[in-house]
Formats: sequence, C-alpha cells, structure tokens
Amino acid sequence: MTTPTNTVTTKKPDVLVSVNDAKLHYAVGGAFAAMRGKSTVVKAVDGVSFDIRRGESVGLLGESGCGKTSMGRLLLKLEDITGGSIHFGGEELSKIRRKELKSFRSKAQLIFQNPFDAINPRFSIRQTLAEPLENAGIPKAEREDRIIKSLELVKLPEPAQFLDRYPHQLSGGQLQRVVMARALILQPEFVVADEPVSMLDVSVRAGVLNVFRDVRDRLGLTAIYISHDLALVRYVCERTIVMYLGRIMEDGPTEDIVHEPLHPYTKALVAAVPVPNPDQSHDPLPIGRGAPDPRNPPSGCVFRDRCPAAHARCAAEVPQPRPVGSRLVACHLF
Amino acid sequence: MTEPLLSVRDLRVSYQVGRNFVHAVDGASFDVPRGSITGLVGESGCGKTTVARALTRVIAENATISGGQIMFDGKDLAKIPEKEMNALRWRDIAFVPQSAMNSLDPVYTVEYQLGEVLRRRGGMNRKQARARSEELFEMVGIDRGRLADYPHQFSGGMRQRVAIALALALDPKLIIADEPVTALDVIVQRQILDQLKELQTRLGISVILVTHDISVVAYICDRTVVMYAGKVAESGTMHQTLTAPSHPYSMGLRNAFPDLQGAASGVLTPIEGAPPNLANPPAGCRFKPRCPFALDICGSEPPVIDVAPGHPVLCHRAKESASLRIEAAKTETWMAPA
Repeated sequence: MTTPTNTVTTKKPDVLVSVNDAKLHYAVGGAFAAMRGKSTVVKAVDGVSFDIRRGESVGLLGESGCGKTSMGRLLLKLEDITGGSIHFGGEELSKIRRKELKSFRSKAQLIFQNPFDAINPRFSIRQTLAEPLENAGIPKAEREDRIIKSLELVKLPEPAQFLDRYPHQLSGGQLQRVVMARALILQPEFVVADEPVSMLDVSVRAGVLNVFRDVRDRLGLTAIYISHDLALVRYVCERTIVMYLGRIMEDGPTEDIVHEPLHPYTKALVAAVPVPNPDQSHDPLPIGRGAPDPRNPPSGCVFRDRCPAAHARCAAEVPQPRPVGSRLVACHLF
Repeated sequence: MTEPLLSVRDLRVSYQVGRNFVHAVDGASFDVPRGSITGLVGESGCGKTTVARALTRVIAENATISGGQIMFDGKDLAKIPEKEMNALRWRDIAFVPQSAMNSLDPVYTVEYQLGEVLRRRGGMNRKQARARSEELFEMVGIDRGRLADYPHQFSGGMRQRVAIALALALDPKLIIADEPVTALDVIVQRQILDQLKELQTRLGISVILVTHDISVVAYICDRTVVMYAGKVAESGTMHQTLTAPSHPYSMGLRNAFPDLQGAASGVLTPIEGAPPNLANPPAGCRFKPRCPFALDICGSEPPVIDVAPGHPVLCHRAKESASLRIEAAKTETWMAPA
C-alpha cells in the first residue's frame, strides 16, 4: 500500500473517503480553438473538499453542470484528477497502479442512471452478473450461487426465473434492480449511485429506493447518491452536499438543509422543489434568471450573478466553506 | 357553467404494430374548461402523449383515431377534413413539445422560425412579424436582441421559453404542452411554470399540461385527468383528485411521491408490478393486477361513477373510495397484492 501524502484527514479511522481540494478541469473547444487561442477550460470540479465516514450516505445535490457527476467519477477513479487528492481507505487514488486497480474496483462501485444503457442488451441476466465475478476470478462453481444471492438482495422475486432472460424482457424497475445487483455482487464497501431512479416511473421508483436503503443498511455500505432532486436525496441520505458550478455551496445534515437552508443558492433550490400537496403555498423564487455557464463562471463567488444577496466582496473574493452550526457554508454572509 | 372549450368523449387511438393493434387510448373522456390549466397525468405508456397528439391530429403514421369525439369550439376535431384541421393548428391549438429542440430547426435563427409561422400562418408582413416576434420574446422574458440567435445558443430553459413563444405566436385558445419542464432543473422548471401560469391568466387561454409529476400538477393545474393504461382512471378539480384521490391507482401514486415538506420519517410505498402491455391488456379493470382492493367483480369492465359532481372515477369500488383511501394510506396495504 502506498503511503498517503496527506495524512491530516485520513488519520481518522472512521473516514473511508477523503477529498482534498479536488479539481477536474476539461479543455474544451478542440484544436481549431486552440490555434486561435480560444480554447477554454471547463472547471467541472474546482477545489472540492469533504470526508465521508464509513457507513455514511451522502447526497451530492445540484443542477445539471454543477459537477456532481464529475465528482462521482473522480471518487471512483473513472477520471484522472487534475489537482488535489482523493484518499480511499487511506490510499491515494492517483497512486493506485494498474495492477491494483482491480482490487479498488471491487471495493468501489457505480450504480448507473439509465438501466437500459448500463446493461448489454445481448447478455442474459446470468451473463450480466457473471461478468464481474469472472473478472474478479471467482471460481465458476461459486458464481451461480452468488448471482442468485445478489438478486435476492435487491428483492427480485424468484430470481432463478430471471437468469436466462434478456434485458428487454424486464421492466425498468426490475432492470434497475439488476444494475444494483451487479454493482453489489463483489461486495463493495462504497457505492456511487448516479440518479439511479431518474429513468423510472413514479410508481416503481419508490420500490427501487426502498431496496437501495435496505441494502445499504444491511451491508453497512458507504454511499454517495447523486441527484438533482432534494426530495429523493432526503429519502436516502442523512447528509447532503450542495454543489454549484464545480464548488460546494453548503454541506450538512439533510434535514437541516431542507428546513433551514442557509446558502442563498440552497434557499432557491429548496424553494423551487414542487411538492405534491395542493395546499402548499409558494413564495417567489429568491434567485435571478439565467443559467450557470461553466465555461465562463463569475469571479469570486460562482453564484453571485444569480444571487439576490450579492455584494462587492462576492466579486472580489471566493468564499471559503466555513462552519455554521452543524454545517459548512461557502458564502460571505456567514 | 359555460360550455368547456374542449370536450373529449370516448376517444380511441390505436397503433398498428405488424398485424396487431395496440389500443394506446381506449375510451378517454374529459373536459377542458375555458381559461384553465388541465394536468394530464400518468406514467410512461399510459397514453397521455397519444391523447395530446390526437387532439391536434399530429399522430404517428401507424396510428389512427379509431373512435370518439373531440369537440372543440363546436367542431369535432376527430371528423373535420384535414384542411380545416390544419387551419386550426397554431391559430387555435398550439403544441409545445417535451424537448424544445424538437420544435426548433437548428439551422435557422429563432427569428426566422417565428417569422415563418407569423407570415405563413398569420398572414403578417415582415414588419408586423418582426414587431410580433419582439413582443413574444418580451412576453416569455427573453431579451429581444437574442431573436437573431440560433437554437443551440440558448440554454435548455431559454429554448423552452422560445418554444412557448412559438406556441403563443398566433394567440391560440388552447396550448398543449407535453412534459414542458421534465428535462429541466428544478429552478428553471419553476421559472417556466410561473411564466406559463402568468401568461395563461393574462391571456385567458387554456392549457393542457401533460406530465408524470403530480407535484407539477399541484403547483400549477386547476384540473387533473389521471390516465392509466389507455383509460382515464379519474378526473376532477386538482383539489378533488389530489386531496381526495378516488381511484386506487391515484391513491397509490400519492404514496409513491416524496414530499419535501412532509415528515422526514415518511416511507415511500411503491405500487408493485408494472403497467400492463397494451397489446394484450387484462380483462376488466386494467389496474386489477396491481390493485390491493381488487375483487372478483373487477374482472369485468369497470363503470364510470361520479364520486362528487364533476369527479368521475373508473372503478367498481368508487363508492367506497373514502374508506379505501384510509386503507391506501397504510404501507402494508400495498405489500405484494395476492
């Protein structure tokens, strides 16, 4: 095992994942733009730090383009980090060599967003689930048993009857359970679920979420749940990290964020969530029009051009996350 | 009460797939009052988009309106000749598709596309079209300077505003919006819904909002039509259908929805199973295989029963809906029906 270079946070025994000033920058525009000196850098993740304790479920919440999916991919070493570091179980991800990558992959898994894209349509369910076992060198004799067990885990009734079926013969809810079973079959410690129910109908969504909660509790998983929907995050995560244009705006207990959002962006986000109750009153949204432009974020606080409380300091200085009660808030108001 | 703007009776739309017919809409009836927003709610494959498209008669090549009436302003849209129907589109009934990119041509500027509708269909000259385009952009809250932009230069939310401007171009009486905010982030979604509501009130038009999201219905709609497997399960005012859902499917849907303002300990309850295959629907009530309240009688075609004035429900047990609602609120009720 490599020695972690940053030992400040990883010393704590209960921390599984430690993210320190992580950056993921993409060059966009291509060769022509570069020749004309017009290539730009999109800072998908720009200086993000947080720790995840073992057994904790953390929601990564934000709008499209906020960097939540990029952050999730960094955590699984699916992207090479541009700057900063991520430690997993004390080991720095960027130092993991190719040979050790397999072992890391079996410990940290991704649950995909769209079950129809995540599974090879030509593979039967048995083949789909056997593949990771094969890659991990599990002997053939054990595989069938583990496949059945993993399908039982995600509460697919009578799993044996699904083994020889193909993805198109399953409903979206069943297929998403298979995707979950595949992510869990190697008994990972850590899973990143990227909007796992956004493609599903409401009546089946609840079932998949319940399975997710149940499996996580039973296996003691550490989980990241990526979503744009605070109501869903609240259902599965005790802690929420709110991101905007590659940075963390607020990080704290989900219930606190839902009931008393502090950051002006979180306030707008909470106010915008529609609720299925016709008697709920709605205040006007405390946010300016316009969309975040990741190619050209404002100076200082990235949210300032839409923020109703922006003042001079917000343009001059990037607000650093500061502790406010149980939370961290990156805003000059605090 | 004045006559509704739109009155759909026993509408049937079927798709030919090979040698079989799939009855995507199988006897849908509902009214859209003047000056209201009606939410057409249901899951994927329930027929809501097919209904919406059938109202403008812009349906797939293999689809046919095989029965029923679509009474709009004294005309039966299911029967009038295509030429007459075509004259109604944009002028009287306009459509906002789910992805605005589908209604905008990527190789023309937005002004050109607005102008085309205004000149060709609205009979305006260039100058009038220009003035109207500017007015429309103002209405939907986009800077008029952006008229010369191409669709890809707009963000998702802005594009949806452009699509709404396009639909409003000729002052229609009815706008049909198919999941207009589904692909958008919550904040933009809320801004677009606010805009739609404001315009609907100001212009006194009617809107049919096709959506799968009952939170959106609760936020903006006056009336609700709940569809399940090609049929209307129930319809009524938004308050009736959301505070007193009377079809077991609507009751189940309410339980499956996370409520940000609700109790933290609340458990979401799924409806077990999946909607039926419409090529081969179950006999009788189509919700029967998933319904915790199903009886033997549900194997026969359910009647439409008014549980309250203007609140018809397609269920054998509709008269018991008040007591079923109490049962439906319990999670155990929905655990794997026998």
